[in-house]
Amino acid sequence: MTTIDTFSEGRKLRRATSGTPRTLTEGTLTEDRTQASQNPPKGAADSVQATAGKPAGLRTISRGTWLPYLVPVGLVLVWQVLSSTGLISDRIMPSPVAVVAAFWERLLSGELGRDVAVSGARALSGLLIGGSIGFLLGIANGVSKLSEQLTDTTLQMLRTIPHLAMIPLVILWFGIGEEAKLFLTSLGVLFPIYLNTYHGVKNVDRDLVEMGKIYGMSSWSLFRKVIFPGALPSIFVGLRYALGIMWLTLIVSESIAANSGIGYMANTAREFMMTEVVVLALVIYAVLGKLADVIARALERWALSWNAAYQA
Amino acid sequence: MPVSSYLHPTAMVWDAFELQERAYFPDGTEVRPIAEPPVLPKAPAGLRLRGVEKAFGDNRVLRGIDLDVPAGQFVAIVGKSGCGKSTLLRLLVGLDEPTGGEIDFIDDGGDRVAPDARIVFQEPRLLPWFSVADNVAVGLGDGVPKAFARREAELVLEEVQLSEKAKEWPAKLSGGQRQRVALARALVSRPGLLALDEPLGALDALTRISMQQLLTRVWRELGFTAVLVTHDVTEAVHLADRVIVLDEGQVTLDLAVPQPHPRHHGDPELALLEGRLLAAVLGES
Ligand SMILES: Nc1ncnc2c1ncn2[C@@H]1O[C@H](COP(=O)(O)OP(=O)(O)O)[C@@H](O)[C@H]1O
Ligand SMILES: [Mg+2]
Repeated sequence: MTTIDTFSEGRKLRRATSGTPRTLTEGTLTEDRTQASQNPPKGAADSVQATAGKPAGLRTISRGTWLPYLVPVGLVLVWQVLSSTGLISDRIMPSPVAVVAAFWERLLSGELGRDVAVSGARALSGLLIGGSIGFLLGIANGVSKLSEQLTDTTLQMLRTIPHLAMIPLVILWFGIGEEAKLFLTSLGVLFPIYLNTYHGVKNVDRDLVEMGKIYGMSSWSLFRKVIFPGALPSIFVGLRYALGIMWLTLIVSESIAANSGIGYMANTAREFMMTEVVVLALVIYAVLGKLADVIARALERWALSWNAAYQA
Repeated sequence: MPVSSYLHPTAMVWDAFELQERAYFPDGTEVRPIAEPPVLPKAPAGLRLRGVEKAFGDNRVLRGIDLDVPAGQFVAIVGKSGCGKSTLLRLLVGLDEPTGGEIDFIDDGGDRVAPDARIVFQEPRLLPWFSVADNVAVGLGDGVPKAFARREAELVLEEVQLSEKAKEWPAKLSGGQRQRVALARALVSRPGLLALDEPLGALDALTRISMQQLLTRVWRELGFTAVLVTHDVTEAVHLADRVIVLDEGQVTLDLAVPQPHPRHHGDPELALLEGRLLAAVLGES
């Protein structure tokens, strides 16, 4: 019983830890370990109590399952009660039921699907363009001294400009059409991907690179068998960080000007004081953000399964 | 997890990017069809060193080394830390260029042949994202068909008694097992000469003894020339035909070890040789 208990606690903690943005994989690794090793006493204490009481095991495990959801579900219930009794005006905050109704209505009319598709396509194309540029620059600067000397300082300088501060300039350049959104999103994701790719390539084990040369690997072989896989954990850190920036940039640029997408949905709803649709937009952004992170993490676990830190 | 590592994303993606699959080894010999027996050992390559020097700036690490190693011999090199043993090995396998003198590879008859050496370091230097078999296949070089490389890898893994680990990740192996994979990778192309730089230095005493036995057996079966650097004089006299002491960049003792294999720990004659070697290494002779 102790083992079951400790195990589930350990997994929960691990998940919680890896959810926070990371700068270095190694750092998280050791963090995970220390947290896991601090666990057993706690789990052990729990099960001692459980055996001292009666039905024990089942109760302990199921408590761990539902307890985390107690607070959010309670909050929603309280919110609903306050709305229904009129204590919160629906001008300020719609009731949860109203949000669900808005969701259902827009889903059936097909509007919601269209808006989500438009926003998703914007986010992905920004990620693809900015991510590719960042990735290629990171690889080039990690591998080639010439390229590094030529561009790294420039990139490090540009990186310090908050990309959202460029909005006025971007509007002057591109107007308020798709190009502006694409440019901002690409710019936003470029730097985290660049930095982490560059860092990853720079930190590939020199001994492994020497080994590759000893065995006569061509530059291409060396890249695909040694350098790229070695940099991959760091590249994934960059990707997950970039996903956060991608949504943030999209939200901001869609609320400046758009005639489709989730930001547009929220803005038109504001004009008609349809608070439930505004809140719905927030929820959808949150769900999309979470979804992107879950996909990135699954991809990471799959691609890095050789690494003990990512083994299920 | 281990069962499917051949189907692992890294492996699959890499396979897709394999540029062109040649039906030839890097040296131009044709790759045999899968059904044929394993590669026969190639002829061992001996060494001829004449006045070999290596300096890093003002630091003259090797100061004129003359050495003849007949093809197929097992030579051990011992010496104090920092006396230039690793430097010498790196020159032998072409990782660095000597600043003076000449290094030639020779055949049985003393004629010059193409350099044909592999090296094993103290750390195994395995690619953690490749299965054990794929790591061994790295030793065959680029452009060898995958199926052939894997089969060849599995044959050498049998040689180092690791067949059952072929599909594992290196992270799942013990230190001794990883070093055996590194050995298999060095041997898969059947080199004429194998250089070993303190290959057992990081292993515990028991693993070390079984690795020594394995090394002796593999050397006798495959018949390559072996140059082993070690800080352990007992290891040197148990494995080698001949032990060389290096001090301040020069050969200070060249000792034959005529005892037949297998050699036993506690053999009084070996103990005698060990004593002489130790005295020479510590500079007491
Ligand atoms: N790449 C290098 N650059 C400068 N000095 C080096 C280099 N490699 C080795 N040396 C120097 O050569 C000497 C011998 O080193 P090494 O061959 O590694 O000794 P060991 O006998 O312990 O293997 C040391 O003094 C070391 O500092
Ligand atoms: Mg050394």
